[in-house]
Amino acid sequence: MPSLFQQIQAGKVWDFHGGIHPPTRKQQSSQKPIAVMPLPDRLYIPLRQHIGVAGVLLVRTGDRVLKGQPLTAADNSMAVPVHAPTSGIVVNIAPHTSPHPSAMPELTLTLEPDGQDEWRIREPLNFATCDNLTLLNRIQESGIAGMGGAGFPTHLKVGMTQPVDYLIINAVECEPYISADDLLMQEAATTIVKGIDILCRLLAPKAVLIGIEDDKPIATAAMMAACNQREHYYVRSVPSKYPSGGEKQLIQLLTNKEVPNGRRPVDIGIVMQNVGTAFAVAQAVLDDHPLISRIVTVTGDTLNQPQNMLALLGTPVSALLDACGFQPEAQQRVIMGGPMMGFTLPDLSVPVVKTTNCILAPTATELPAANNEIECIRCSSCADACPASLLPQQLLWYSKAKDSTKLQEYNLADCIECGACAYVCPSEIPLVQYYRVAKAEIREQQHEALKAEQAKARFEARNARLEQEKQQRAERNQQLAATRKQQQQASGADSTVADALARIKAKQAQSLSTEPSDKMQVQAQRELKKQQARAYQQDKADASQTIAPAADNADNSSPAVNSKAASVAAALARAKAKKAAQANTGISTDIITDTAVEVTENSVALAVTTSPATPVTSADTIAPDPRKAAVAAALARAKARQQQQVQTPTEPAQANNNNAAINTVTEPDPRKAAIAAAIARAKAKKQADSENS
Amino acid sequence: MTLMTALIALGGMALLFGAVLGYAAIRFKVESDPLVEQIDDILPQTQCGQCGYPGCRPYAEAIANGDDINKCPPGGESTIRKLADLMGVEAKPLNEAQTEAVKRVAYIREDECIGCTKCIQACPVDAIVGASKLMHTVLIDECTGCDLCVEPCPVDCIDMVPLAPTIGRWKWDLAAIPVRIVE
Repeated sequence: MPSLFQQIQAGKVWDFHGGIHPPTRKQQSSQKPIAVMPLPDRLYIPLRQHIGVAGVLLVRTGDRVLKGQPLTAADNSMAVPVHAPTSGIVVNIAPHTSPHPSAMPELTLTLEPDGQDEWRIREPLNFATCDNLTLLNRIQESGIAGMGGAGFPTHLKVGMTQPVDYLIINAVECEPYISADDLLMQEAATTIVKGIDILCRLLAPKAVLIGIEDDKPIATAAMMAACNQREHYYVRSVPSKYPSGGEKQLIQLLTNKEVPNGRRPVDIGIVMQNVGTAFAVAQAVLDDHPLISRIVTVTGDTLNQPQNMLALLGTPVSALLDACGFQPEAQQRVIMGGPMMGFTLPDLSVPVVKTTNCILAPTATELPAANNEIECIRCSSCADACPASLLPQQLLWYSKAKDSTKLQEYNLADCIECGACAYVCPSEIPLVQYYRVAKAEIREQQHEALKAEQAKARFEARNARLEQEKQQRAERNQQLAATRKQQQQASGADSTVADALARIKAKQAQSLSTEPSDKMQVQAQRELKKQQARAYQQDKADASQTIAPAADNADNSSPAVNSKAASVAAALARAKAKKAAQANTGISTDIITDTAVEVTENSVALAVTTSPATPVTSADTIAPDPRKAAVAAALARAKARQQQQVQTPTEPAQANNNNAAINTVTEPDPRKAAIAAAIARAKAKKQADSENS
Repeated sequence: MTLMTALIALGGMALLFGAVLGYAAIRFKVESDPLVEQIDDILPQTQCGQCGYPGCRPYAEAIANGDDINKCPPGGESTIRKLADLMGVEAKPLNEAQTEAVKRVAYIREDECIGCTKCIQACPVDAIVGASKLMHTVLIDECTGCDLCVEPCPVDCIDMVPLAPTIGRWKWDLAAIPVRIVE
């Protein structure tokens, strides 16, 4: 029994389960050489064109950029940059319809080409002398992501540390209509092989297997010729069957290995790269030509000249179609990607991106829209066709029932959404659509579960923290109490009670013993004290008589008495006003207004009584004394508040008036105004609350 | 005599097994109520308190003690269904007072924030950052949309904003016509 490697060397090709044979219709575009797309008026460059995250934007609106200049920088491993496809001016950076089935706007840079096509300085690497890290960095900096359709960052895929037995170059291109890889191999086989050399340096595989479908004889011959000098490069022709270009299917075809459920090919020692990616790697490393263009098959019966075009990334689909003689029908559909796995574009301003391999504009007769879905008849053709050996009808039931547990049990995640089941379905059920919806649902649920887990962890961490803080506070209090006690003990304060008791006892004993002899003496002392008190009172009365007229005469010039009284009054007024405001939040509004009135009256009375010589009624006359001004302000505030309180219970909508009232009281300082606004909002809120309750 | 032998043998076995079971019940006693854990895993962990309990775990304990399973608006119908499966009771519609809402997150209008830290204290998952007399803001990724910060805000500067859909979380539309070839 020969080993697997020997079998592979002998040229054996295996088979995979299921698959279909749709009409390929590749001749429409594969018979002409690749045409170069003329420079469009505008280029729309989405900042994220791969699976992962967008890089950090490096340019601003109005900047002039050179061809190949990076527009974003990758700040982490899941990011790859995008580059200016030609020299020109950045005219806009804004959301634009994305090349995605959802058509959701994504951040897109709009570039207006200046027609000079001026390159930045290029620094090609010497592949033979530079190390692997430099190569990987160059691959990432050149913005290379898988060009077969998924758009996974290439530097991650070739930078893996796991040992790799086989590097498989996917040049199968099994989907109908598409011939971009075919033409690329026909025209640039040597560059592709150079790219494979670079990938081999990084991965060090035992063998390189290049899988090409047997309906591309010219491409196969070109690749064989280019690989002539390489020992372990094997070009393998695989039978035309859809979807032999699927990653797992091709692995099975070329190595007879199956990728286990939920694992990646690298786990079984296999890495697969698209032939377009190999070409892009060669360009990036050997020419310092970042990924700024790609070959797109523009085809369909509505075009006069279906052909492969070398288009700059960011070229609008409408420009591509026009360049091929587009004659749209009524309700024309334009599909990005192939007829099996592509999606209908919402509008034609969508740009070509790194993963766009085909633009298909079919006539209604060529590719009729399926719309008469009927019930499943359990014929099981779908199960026969499924390349992943799943049970599509079971999955359909559970998708319709939204039973995510059962769906996972039946390995929905292994579905590659190739559409073979829907293609063979006699009831014309769009099975893949159901699976996509179900997959999105499961993804959402997993996301929610993850978030719930995080929230729970955070909630528990917070509770633990609060608990710890509480304990620490209690401990600190205990410690403080303990130290206080210790200090008291140290200073002998503990014996103070006993000392005091002893003193009292001694005194009592003394008084008892001295009572009879000192009684007269005590009485005399009391008499003396009484006399002293009388004299003091007399003096006081005299003094007040002399001061009173002085105060009358002094008028405003006795600030010592007046200002003190005034400030007390002001403080009182403020406190009362505050109390009244607080009471306002309560239930009875009548009482509030009463108290408010009382407050103002009190404060007025206080102010009047304490500064009798000052006329408080007119604000102009008190201007000279700042304290008195404060009193006046307090009064004004109190009055304003009173007014508010009268107004607000009846008409809550007058919050604006209150606002205005407060604004007039306070100075037009913006900060104060902001505070006033905040206060007003708080009040309005309180009012609303009390009304609700 | 045979009857007695059988009775004695069976009785002896009964006693033996009883002793083993009794020992096992004490030796391998499960401390916490695993049912509460299971219920807590189903609940969405927003800690919003809309059920009337202070957090998801207290509500899980309440359900384990026989409370209604339909008091969790953030969980919605799917949570009720799972709880009904777990508890072996009939799935009830969501409590009328508690309507199911779209996924929302809190948003602080930053120029109106006065920096009072009241919302920070209210947030059950520490999703609001800020300091006293400085502006606060919400970490959208951590916010569970529980609403608890809206009420304490003295200047009403917190809004609950529906989460914008992104391409990553977009769901395929069944109405979209699939593309395929018919001979």
